[in-house]
Amino acid sequence: MKSFEPVIIAFLCNWCSYEGADSAGRSRKELPPNVKPIRVMCSGRVDPEFVLESFQKGADGVLILGCHPGSCHYREGNIQTLRRYLLIQNMLPQLGIRRDRLMLDWVSSGESDKFAAILDRMTCRIKTVGPLPGPTGNLK
Amino acid sequence: MTRRILIDPVTRLEGHGKITIILDDSGQVEHAYFQVPEFKAFELFCRGRAIEEMPALTQKICGVCPTAHHHASSKALDDLFGVKPPPAAAKIRELMHNAFMFEDHLLHFFFLGGPDIIVGFDAPASKQNILGVIETLGMEAGKEAIEIRKKVRRIISIIGGSPLYPANGLPGGVSKALSAPEIAEIRSTASHALLFAKATLNLFSRRILPESRFRDMLFDDAFRLETAYLGMVDSENRTNFYDGSLRVVDPKGKEFARFDVHEYPRHLEEHVVSWSYMKVLSLKKIPWNGFTEGPDSGIYRVGPLARFNVSEGMKTPLAQAEYERILETFGGKPVHQTLAYHWTRLMEVLYAAERMRELADDPGLSDSNVRILPDSLPGEGIGVCEAPRGTLIHHYQTDPKGIVNRLNLLVATQNNAAAICMSVEKAARALIRDGEVSPAILNLIEAAYRAYDPCLACATH
Amino acid sequence: MKQKPKIAFCWLSSCGGCEESIVDLSETLLAAAEAAEILFWPVALDYRYEDLEKLEDQELDAAFINGSVRMDDQEELAHLFRKKSKRIFAHGTCAHLGGVVGLANLFPGKEGLNEAYLRAPTVSNPDSILPKTRCEEGGETLALPGFHPAVKALHQVIDVEYSIPGCPPTPELVEEAILGLLEKRLPSRGSVLAEKKALCHTCPLNRTKPERIQAQRFYRIYEKIWDPNRCFLDQGLICLGPSTRGGCKARCIQANFPCRGCFGPLEKVRDQGAATLSFLASLMHAATPEEIEMIADSIPDPAGLFYRYSLPSSRIHQSRFEENP
Ligand code: SF4
Ligand code: SF4
Ligand code: SF4
Ligand code: FES
Repeated sequence: MKSFEPVIIAFLCNWCSYEGADSAGRSRKELPPNVKPIRVMCSGRVDPEFVLESFQKGADGVLILGCHPGSCHYREGNIQTLRRYLLIQNMLPQLGIRRDRLMLDWVSSGESDKFAAILDRMTCRIKTVGPLPGPTGNLK
Repeated sequence: MTRRILIDPVTRLEGHGKITIILDDSGQVEHAYFQVPEFKAFELFCRGRAIEEMPALTQKICGVCPTAHHHASSKALDDLFGVKPPPAAAKIRELMHNAFMFEDHLLHFFFLGGPDIIVGFDAPASKQNILGVIETLGMEAGKEAIEIRKKVRRIISIIGGSPLYPANGLPGGVSKALSAPEIAEIRSTASHALLFAKATLNLFSRRILPESRFRDMLFDDAFRLETAYLGMVDSENRTNFYDGSLRVVDPKGKEFARFDVHEYPRHLEEHVVSWSYMKVLSLKKIPWNGFTEGPDSGIYRVGPLARFNVSEGMKTPLAQAEYERILETFGGKPVHQTLAYHWTRLMEVLYAAERMRELADDPGLSDSNVRILPDSLPGEGIGVCEAPRGTLIHHYQTDPKGIVNRLNLLVATQNNAAAICMSVEKAARALIRDGEVSPAILNLIEAAYRAYDPCLACATH
Repeated sequence: MKQKPKIAFCWLSSCGGCEESIVDLSETLLAAAEAAEILFWPVALDYRYEDLEKLEDQELDAAFINGSVRMDDQEELAHLFRKKSKRIFAHGTCAHLGGVVGLANLFPGKEGLNEAYLRAPTVSNPDSILPKTRCEEGGETLALPGFHPAVKALHQVIDVEYSIPGCPPTPELVEEAILGLLEKRLPSRGSVLAEKKALCHTCPLNRTKPERIQAQRFYRIYEKIWDPNRCFLDQGLICLGPSTRGGCKARCIQANFPCRGCFGPLEKVRDQGAATLSFLASLMHAATPEEIEMIADSIPDPAGLFYRYSLPSSRIHQSRFEENP
């Protein structure tokens, strides 16, 4: 049996995690193959619709990384993300999607180890929970 | 070889339906089926929703009788939270309910089932509609009917925000009190509505009732069904649309049961057939005997004729006079003639207009105290009212946070499900002879269900 | 003589309310019946499906279709209309976005049947009968359409030229669409025929809506008596005005009731639920996870509220039914 290789969409804030990925000498290519990075100028730019769209288009997991509270370049972008995140977390189970398919965390540009650990943990978690089922109703 | 006749879709009613008539070798009707090919699953998807959203959500079962759902639901919420709306709120609800009964019954008379009797059963299909009605009665009369419906629907907008879906239902009352200018407008519309109601009954008695084809069919056995009846009455057994007890009379007209709506699960039972999405209700205390008539059958009817049969009179004078006229014409009760639905419906138009007037004149209507906040946790609640098409019951259960975990809806037309199917079959058997079928015969068969003013979206929900 | 335009009105999985929005046109309806030939309209006219089938392809100038697609035969009927009509108008929110009945997509399709026909407390069904697509009754076969596993909006089944939003649309919007057709002044294909801006812009309470709202919690409507003259959001009541297309004349607001979003998302927004979630999050007056969670938990049924009218055409369409989500 072929092992399940999940697709994880990672929204990375330009100022922290995206930097972090670089400073660790991990250019895009060297990210775990399951993780598809999308650079955003601030985690606050991640519209909840992007998260849902990711799931719609086949992501098995979605990761949002932003600067630590207090260090967002746009002051409160990350806090805004936290608010939305906690609200989406309340809604996902209603949509039949496990909460742990979506993860939000903070990293700074220097925390390359933490960054790597988060990616590993997310990949491992999604591998355990398996693929996200598609809609059964033949909808477009 | 059997032969099939298909009427698909059935027309001039709310929702989807089809009739399949099966003729045997000799051209006699073997069976006729009235099938409902739609279903929406409200009882499932209202689960998990917040209880306070039920009046707004469940009314989307039906855009023809939303106000009835809104009120059954609001009353279920009162019950569920243990709050009694202040007097002005109860009056506002009852006023809106009567406005709605008035306009909805008129929708039936002018647009849906009425054309059968106004234009005549045998008129061509192209005339069996509002345009044919206008042609028959004249442009003036047609416009007046359209105009008064519009004005009365405006009462619903004043109270509930929209002419269609009211948005004022809350546990313990309504969201909006009425201002003096609003009440003045309502009062003037109510007077106009009363004049119109009188004129409509006049039209019925002068023009339709004496007409020989209508009279023949009114008294014809093809359009008679011997059933029990269910409807809501006040403490003196007079019809009430908004509140009261449920009363059942047997096919002989004797009181069979009189109960508070909380007792409904002991009295009513639903059955499932594999050929239709419409569930069929019967009286639980009589063992289910299939689609049969008479004293051994638990099949009952609801709606205007049923309310007439279960009540001992009307609370307002003009409606009472009409009640007596109907009684006299049929020589007593219960009246089992299905086409009498039309007449009893118009009697209710009169009642609704009179009641609107009474309520509009009530000094308590303008009180600004229209809401009481509940102080207990949600739990379980049942609400009932009379929809135009019959008794409507909403029953909800929630968890302690007020999230719905169970609901049961017994919707007006569902109570008539068996009777509608049987009326269609009976009419088909009587009217189709030796395989002869004409458009007029088919329309007459449709007239058998249209008299009920069925709403199939409601019936299946 | 110039040929009159030919039009049809039809319903799929509908409540009939959209039909009322046509009947409520009153005199305009009579005028439209003069100016156009109505060739199909089951709620009012005695035409049958066979009459529809007999029409030439593209013979209809427009078909106004209300209701969502829930049953097999409704899907077939939608295709038939597409074949017979030059233009399709998705009339009302059910056709436009899936509507209230689209909330059924939160559950597996067949559960609906089980709930209504097997488990309802007043049902007596010892043989566990369910309605069947083909059944033998007295030696005869009777057919019923199947119940789809999910509700779809009309555009998810056929191409749609115009949408008239609202549950139901106001008669004015329906009138405008019909007149636009008759007077040949319809906007560009794909238009949604209502306002482009949010409901708040035309809400009578908008002038009381502060620049910045800071909510410590949201109230359930049975927990509070509120001021009818002040923006509901500012009183801690959830109102979907900011994420809902205008055009309804603030019907609910006029009844002192907050908006529930029936006109669908704003122009160019696909997912009304996500947009609603976003703006509500931005009102939360909290910065720590604990405080935020408390406010988030004061919204009892986010999916049912944010997607009240639009789940089928949202990004997620339908619950994914994972075990233990
Ligand atoms: S949009 Fe609303 S009014 Fe129209 S059919 Fe759907 S539920 Fe009914
Ligand atoms: S939030 Fe609601 S009440 Fe406030 S302005 Fe917008 S629509 Fe009006
Ligand atoms: S206020 Fe909102 S829910 Fe009410 S009619 Fe307008 S758009 Fe629809
Ligand atoms: S700039 Fe990194 S989260 Fe805002």
